[in-house]
Formats: sequence, structure tokens, C-alpha cells
Amino acid sequence: MSTDLTAPALPADHPPAPAGGPPAADPPPPPPAPPSRRTGRPATLLLTAATKSVAILLLLALWEVAPRAGLVDRTFLPPFSEVARAWWGLLSDGQLASNTQASLTRSLVGFGLAVVIGVPLGLLIGWYRAVADLLSPLLELFRNTAALALLPVFILILGIGETSKISIVLYACVWPILLNTISAVRTVDPTLLRLARSLNLPPLRLFQKVILPASVPAVFTGIRLAGSVSILVLVAAEMVGAKAGLGYLINASQFNFAIPQMYAGIVTISVLGLLFNQLLVALERRFTRWRAPLSA
Amino acid sequence: MTASISFRGVTKTFPVRGSGGARQRTEFTALDRVDLDVAAGEFVALVGPSGCGKSTLLDLLGGLDTPTAGEILLNAKPVTGPGPDRSTVFQQYALLPWRTAQGNVEFGLESIGLPRRQRAARAREYLGLVGLAGFEERYPHELSGGMKQRVAIARSLAYDPDVLLMDEPFAALDAQTRESLQDELLRIWRRTGKTVLFITHGIEEAVYLGGRVAVLTSRPGRVKEVVPIDLGNRAEDQDLRSSPEFARHRHEIWSLLRDEVSRAQQLEKEAAPV
Repeated sequence: MSTDLTAPALPADHPPAPAGGPPAADPPPPPPAPPSRRTGRPATLLLTAATKSVAILLLLALWEVAPRAGLVDRTFLPPFSEVARAWWGLLSDGQLASNTQASLTRSLVGFGLAVVIGVPLGLLIGWYRAVADLLSPLLELFRNTAALALLPVFILILGIGETSKISIVLYACVWPILLNTISAVRTVDPTLLRLARSLNLPPLRLFQKVILPASVPAVFTGIRLAGSVSILVLVAAEMVGAKAGLGYLINASQFNFAIPQMYAGIVTISVLGLLFNQLLVALERRFTRWRAPLSA
Repeated sequence: MTASISFRGVTKTFPVRGSGGARQRTEFTALDRVDLDVAAGEFVALVGPSGCGKSTLLDLLGGLDTPTAGEILLNAKPVTGPGPDRSTVFQQYALLPWRTAQGNVEFGLESIGLPRRQRAARAREYLGLVGLAGFEERYPHELSGGMKQRVAIARSLAYDPDVLLMDEPFAALDAQTRESLQDELLRIWRRTGKTVLFITHGIEEAVYLGGRVAVLTSRPGRVKEVVPIDLGNRAEDQDLRSSPEFARHRHEIWSLLRDEVSRAQQLEKEAAPV
């Protein structure tokens, strides 16, 4: 409990308490103070920003200095400034945009399909306990089979085109979503279920008003996991057989000994993954505002 | 509205795995021919040693479970399932964490199909009744334990049940909050005239709240005795808990329970694997 809440709570819970009869009128509690969010003073904000970026800046500085100082072979690890210049070059000749677009399309389609399939299926499986008991060993097995190990199978069956790439992303993304959704439905607070039963809520209403909202946080954990999986798996798939995409760009650059370009591709992927994750985190916050802040 | 409750020879047994291996199935008797009559508008407290089937009794009355034998009458009509004529206040509050205090009270009103506009007004009214005016938009995690239980009480009362079932509602609260909520509950009870069946393991709580206190035996649960409580004039501004009447009642129930508690502990020891 945050400390600012105990103040308005006290008068409500501890009235002068005349032990004999009830108080004639309940003392009206003072109006609640607006929930205090983190104070956004500019100085504090600056400090936070500095704290958060210092490690990254150090890494970049090391990356810049180490090759120049001869600590590492600059042919294989060019200084960061060269990589940045290469990145700019890729950006201006349109290569970066087209490859990023190819990658994003694949991973977003695969990821989106996984959400559309995984969430409803997980809700259904979790809701029917018998189905969940029946399927969970199978699901565990699939989940623990590395998706990339199945990549050759996907290519054999679906060819090397878009279908196989989107399929492997879909396949890899669906497990975290499915399993998290199933466990979300199965671990809904039993007191809430008792409450719903005592209110005689029909099954559909129970699902809509209790199970679904209670599952949102765990479902989002699955979705966030799937988000990082979608990029990871896609890049690997593009390295095997593709004519466009960031994985292809990295692989082709290495092949052609365009080392700064290769690093530019790698940096693009990490930034992309970071942005995607941030987006999902923001979305998760938006939907789970009612949760107690984890730090409290 | 208010209603009378009457338990007529209510027995509840559960099948359990016997001590003689997994194959052998035995019956565990949680409640054994419970007879108890609660008049309309009465406040009855139920005390008993742990594992005496208090909660089972409440489940049966709530319609979440059916008795093996006997019947439960609500206004002379047998209970067949859950319904909005009874409402339960749980020890763990059972608030929906994604709804505000207002939303939680409205949750109960949605189940009886009240139109939206009336729901909002009614929820505000009952939050006011439990002393939470101004806290409508708070989420459960922003409320203290005592305030959460107030929201739960408001939710239970808002859809105007005949009977309020309370399953150790104040057990998780600190002593100060508990005492103030006890006074509050009595005030609300007098104002609304609901029939209240209040389950507790606290003797003092039972004596303080109950017009009568029913003492249950330990395994199987049976009504050992029903003690009428008379604490004199409650309206007087005095420390009721230190009055001689209070002490006398407390001692009476304590003596009734003492044998049961020691018997329950004996049973537990025997049941424990060696």
C-alpha cells in the first residue's frame, strides 16, 4: 500500500468509536487525494534519462574506441561511427527500408495470426478443464521443441517463399500466447468464481465479466513473449533462404564482406525488437491500469 | 425485504479417501442434523472450532451446494440454488481488481438486471451507506483492507437481498479496523433490517454482534447450543466489551467451545499421519 492512501483511510476505519451505540451519522471521509503519480520535475526527469542512457553510451563509446585503439581487429568490428555511416547509406539508397518492410510484414502477419488464433483457443482450452488436462502434455512437448529445429520441415513442405516464413513465425509465436492464456483462465482467483456462482451468473456472463478481464495480464505476458520470439525466429528464417529482409541483409553483407553494413543490419534489428517490445508494454499498461504498481 | 431461515436436520457428507488405502472410500460427515431457526431480521452469529463445517453450512444456505439430508427453508421455501435473495460477504473480499469501488458494487446490480442509470445511483448510495462516499473511483489495490470489506458489504447490500451471509468477513483485518467495522455493521443492520447469519471463530465478535450465538460442535458439526445475548442498553456511550454482561456471555460461550476445541485438536492428531 502506498503511504498516501493511509491518510484518508484512517478516519473511515477508525471513527472515535463510541463502544455503546452506533454513531448517529458516519463521519464523512475527506475527499480522496488524487493518486499521486511520480512527480515530473524536470531535474528528476533529466537524472532518470541520464541514468537510463549511461550504460548504452558507454557501450557505444567502447565500440568506437576499441577498434581505433587496436584492441580488436577493425576489419571484423569497425568503429561505431563507420557502422552509423553505413546505416545512413543503407537508409538513403532505400535498401534498409525495403528490407525492414519485408521483415516487418512477415513478423507482424505471423505474430498477428498467432494472437488471433492463440488467445481464443487458449481461452477455450483453459475454460474446459478436461480439454486442458488432455492437451497440456502435447502442448508442453510442442512448446519445448525449438521452432527453428522445425524450420527445415516448414521449408520442405511450404517451400522457401513467404508462406513458410510467416508460418514459422506463427508457429513459434502461438505457443507462449496459447500456454499463458490457458494458465490465465485456469488460475482465476477462486473467490471471484465463488462470488460469481453466488450471484448466479450465467456461464457466458461469468466468462465475459470475470474470466476474461482476470486473464488479461497473463495473456499480455504471453503476447509480449511472442513479440520478441517473432523477430528472433524471423531473422533466423531469413538467413536460411530469402531474397529480402533484415536477416537476409545481415547474411548477404557478411557474405560480401560488407562488415559495417552487416552491423548496421544487426543494430536495426535490436532497435526494432526494442521498439516492438516497448509498444507491447505500453499496450499492456493501457489494459491493466487497475493493477497495483509492482514497485509498491 | 427480510426473511427467516430455518435449517431442518441438515446433514452434509463428503466422500473422502479412507485411511486404508486409495481404494477404500469413506464418508466424511461435515454437518450432522443441524437444526437452527433464524427469525426474519435477526442477527445470529455462528461460532465453532475450525473444521466444524461453518463454511459448509454457509455454502448450503447460499445454494452453492446441496445438503445430503434435511432441508433449508428460506421464508418457508426450500433453497434450491443460488439467488439474489441471499448474498455473501467473503473473508477475502472477492472484489474484482479491474473494477473501481463503484464498478464492484454495480457488478452485483448487473446480475439482477438493473438498468444502467439506476445502477450508478444505487451503487453511490450504498457506498455512502458504508462510509465510502468520495472513494467511488478507487481501485481495490488503492483501498485498505477495511475499506475493501466495506465495498464488499455495499455490493452485498445494494441488490437488496433478504439475507446477508457473512463468512468470517473481518478475520483478515487488524483489531482496530475490525471493531469499527463491527459497529458499522450493527448500524447498517439496524437501518436495513436484514437477516444476518455471521460466521466467526472469534467469541468476542460473536457476543458483540449476535442477538443470539449458535455454538457448533467439532466434526461432525452440530448445533451444540444457541445462546441468547443480552448486553443491556447498547445505545449508551460506554465500553460494552468490558461490561459484566459481556464477560459473562463470553465466558459461557468460551466454556461451551473449550471442550469442542480440545476434541477437535484430538481428532486432528489422530488423523495426522504417523
